[in-house]
Amino acid sequence: MPEVRVAGVGLTPFGVHPERTGRDLFAEAALAAIDDAGVDRTAIEGLFYGNFMGELAEHQGHYGPLAADMVGLDVPTIRFESACASSGSAAREAVKNLRNGEADVLLVGGTERMNNLGTGGATEALAIAADDLYEVRAGMTFPGAYALMQAAYHEEYGGSREDLAHVAVKNHDNALDNEYAQFRKSITVDDHLEAPMISEPVGLYDSCPITDGASAIVLVSDNYAEANGLDAQVAVTGTGQGGDKMALQDRDYLARTPASDDAAAEAYADAGIDAEDVDLAEVHDCFTIAEVLAIESLGFYEPGTGIDAARRGETTSDGDRPINLSGGLKAKGHPVGATGTSQLAEMTRLLRGDHPNSGAVSGATTGVTHNAGGTVASAIVHVLEVAT
Amino acid sequence: MVDPVERNEGYDDWLDAIEADEGFYLECPNGHGSLPPRRVCTHCGEPELTQQPLAESGAVETHTVVHVATPQLEDDTPYITAIADFGPVRLTGMLRGAEPESVTTNLDVVPSVETTETTGNRVLVFRPR
Repeated sequence: MPEVRVAGVGLTPFGVHPERTGRDLFAEAALAAIDDAGVDRTAIEGLFYGNFMGELAEHQGHYGPLAADMVGLDVPTIRFESACASSGSAAREAVKNLRNGEADVLLVGGTERMNNLGTGGATEALAIAADDLYEVRAGMTFPGAYALMQAAYHEEYGGSREDLAHVAVKNHDNALDNEYAQFRKSITVDDHLEAPMISEPVGLYDSCPITDGASAIVLVSDNYAEANGLDAQVAVTGTGQGGDKMALQDRDYLARTPASDDAAAEAYADAGIDAEDVDLAEVHDCFTIAEVLAIESLGFYEPGTGIDAARRGETTSDGDRPINLSGGLKAKGHPVGATGTSQLAEMTRLLRGDHPNSGAVSGATTGVTHNAGGTVASAIVHVLEVAT
Repeated sequence: MVDPVERNEGYDDWLDAIEADEGFYLECPNGHGSLPPRRVCTHCGEPELTQQPLAESGAVETHTVVHVATPQLEDDTPYITAIADFGPVRLTGMLRGAEPESVTTNLDVVPSVETTETTGNRVLVFRPR
């Protein structure tokens, strides 16, 4: 079975670009990824593309062929929609295709344009990732959904808003030097605690921003990389996916994310590693509590014990296992359909040594990315390793 | 030409039943509960589902005070959304008739159907018993 390598990555700056079209954002990221990979554009055999709210934000469905057009490609395309896990899902399917020999070179990426909708419109668009009849109509927003999970976590395991403030402070600090990050400014614990509430107990600084942006990666088989002299030292050695009930009210757990447990277990088994082998991770911190739930599901902490990991300095850039060195969704930004491949792009840069924060993990060989959809009814985990 | 339809069969029938004090859930032979529309049990796939009376009240498991809402509920803010345990099923609803600081886990609540301030649409509401 061929090993899958990340040959190149490309990102747009994440931020507020309400007048930029999603198609142009993707072109910027994809062309950068192709250039970074050093592959002949004509060698690309397909585009696996993630996008969530194109119909609502841009009146645009059937986004795959349009995205390919913008990169000058005439190839088969598939659009993946799995809420915030859209491009993570696209990457997983691309990995499978490369492994089974269906292709040797695939472009994978995602885009989201959100700010043109305004805050209310974006809040409404994001809400469609929840159960419309039984959740959204009862007033559940996405910050509201995570607030329900956070309140349940506090009730079951304890922890405080101040613990979560340290997650936000950490991720803002990590974004300071990231040229692609939306928020390149530090915040304090007091800033977090004094900020307005969005949906109690979730406050403004617990929440990721509304972001426009795109990301792309070029995945190739190791045979192709070797035959074409590509410098593709980072391999995708594990992939896993998990699922859960759509609505929180139907779940076994309100303060745990079994879909991520399952995705991590599958990805680790696929790569032949354990949680202890992981040097760093990029996790889906759409809200600060989401980072806590993720690091527990990834096996770095037992359930109920991860909430003060940032406060204890274990997940900071100088900690034992840095989490979200890119700044995460919290500070780097969360253009929904672009986030999964953005995490893979950032992890690749971190492991290759060309990320502004690579110095924090010099010598690291194993990284994990965790991409979640909805209230983690969908979860995708990938293991990336420096090929030996 | 087909006119737009605003009714959701199953779900709106269920709201009608709550409104008529005839609330129900669907039970499978294995004792799992679920809500309509449903052809098989969401937990085990059993196709034999029977309507069972919903408990008169449920216990709040978790809740949030929403300050930033979708446009459909912007005039309702701040409002409380809660998930309450009714035994075989949990329900998600808007909690009214209680100050936010008085809402605690296990608060006993009764389900009803009311309308939203913003649009007048029907919404599942919990009120303290």
